[in-house]
Amino acid sequence: MGVATRFFLLTMLHSGICLRRPQLVIKEVYSAGVLSLIIIIVSGLFVGMVLGLQGYDTLQTYGSEEAVGVLVALSLVRELGPVVAALLFASRAGSAITAEIGLMKATEQIAAMEMMAVDPIARVVAPRFWGAAISMPLLAALFSAMGIFGGYLVAVSVIGVDEGAFWSQMQSAVDLKDDILNGVIKSLVFGAAVTVVALFEGYDAPPTAEGVSRATTRTVVTSSLAILGLDFVLTAFMFRGL
Amino acid sequence: MSDNLVEIKGLHFAYNSRPVLKGIDLTARRGQVVAIMGNSGCGKTTLFRLISGTVRPTSGLLSVDGLDVGALDQRGLYQLRRRMGMLFQFGALFTDMSVFDNVAFQLREHTDLPEEMIRDLVLAKLNAVGLRGAHDLMPSELSGGMARRVALARAVALDPMLILYDEPFAGLDPISLGVIGNLIRRLTDTLGLTSIVVTHDIQESLRMVDYVYFISEGMVEAHGTPAEIKASGLPFVHQFVHGEEDGPVPFHYPADPYAADLGLSYA
Repeated sequence: MGVATRFFLLTMLHSGICLRRPQLVIKEVYSAGVLSLIIIIVSGLFVGMVLGLQGYDTLQTYGSEEAVGVLVALSLVRELGPVVAALLFASRAGSAITAEIGLMKATEQIAAMEMMAVDPIARVVAPRFWGAAISMPLLAALFSAMGIFGGYLVAVSVIGVDEGAFWSQMQSAVDLKDDILNGVIKSLVFGAAVTVVALFEGYDAPPTAEGVSRATTRTVVTSSLAILGLDFVLTAFMFRGL
Repeated sequence: MSDNLVEIKGLHFAYNSRPVLKGIDLTARRGQVVAIMGNSGCGKTTLFRLISGTVRPTSGLLSVDGLDVGALDQRGLYQLRRRMGMLFQFGALFTDMSVFDNVAFQLREHTDLPEEMIRDLVLAKLNAVGLRGAHDLMPSELSGGMARRVALARAVALDPMLILYDEPFAGLDPISLGVIGNLIRRLTDTLGLTSIVVTHDIQESLRMVDYVYFISEGMVEAHGTPAEIKASGLPFVHQFVHGEEDGPVPFHYPADPYAADLGLSYA
């Protein structure tokens, strides 16, 4: 834990290069963010469609089926958007980051960089951290948007819930600060956590095929647990005021 | 300015408490190609790590261009490394960059040269290793010999004073092996470098180097010019030069008598 914290602090200290050479970060936004778009869009759509079906089924028991838009939106913006997007992000981008850095180490690319008097924390780690940390909130927002669209497709287009009620109830129930901003904060925290775990595991991996494989697995397991644990803590503070 | 670029005197190094180098004396004069040879695990790679400052000596003197490498801080080490190049065993090219970008890497990181000038310099370096036409290829598209030549072009990109070669001939076919050997010699002579080569390839080394050090069990066992080495009567050198399986470096790892291991009572 101490070594990982030191690693994170070093990454922060060496982040100046990201301001001087933003193209390094943009490249990582592409690798971590753009290449994760398909899984985020498709997953968000299906999660929203399922929420629409399940929500309608439950709400009609109480005669409140027109509130299905609210249910879909709040579920996604507060919880499912940040959490599921972060879990998918850990599996797709986090594992890729760990494998890439672990293999760079195993094939002596990191050592070569050090021999060329280029600090790998600044040149390799910091741009990846900021690239992934920037991508994560955008992916979570996209996941939520796609989910709401999926809920709309099922509830309005298929089941026949009134379109005006669907959107207007959602508009009045979803609060910018309490719901959307808190969701964004969650996705920022999850993105940073996943990325630090992925970078540290890759950098710390034994330079062998087995070492990289185990590090990649640890990234997915550790960051998934971190996401769920942090989600509980953040939810307790944000929505329960603990 | 001393004639010796690298000077090592009484160098000791231990991993934890396990001694690896036990009092090495070694000198590389400016403009020389020096080979370091020895059996696997004798401490050759550790010696490279010490020269590059990756690890620090337990005791003894190690100076490069008059600088005590063991006493340098991180900034000092990085300044020294800008004047050093290293060819890794399998090239260690950056796999997400093209051949051109690999060679341009140090120029972009350490200089403010305009891109047009970087292009000219990179093409000149690639031309020197015969791969100007491959500048658009990715490392995955290169053969082992080509990757090593690109790595060599990258190592000389900033015109260093010293290049360290970690087993540059390993796994190469005879043609590529000869090409790399000739390139090491030619680049050393034309660019005025000093080269230190860790290798097992005795024949290629004796053909192209100026001086040879044999290391065994962390100590310099023998040293001399290729002619002196060929004429040496030392058992270790003789075994190494002729590739004999048994001798001062034994075939068998130390063990109890075979009969005792088999449980034969008459042993």
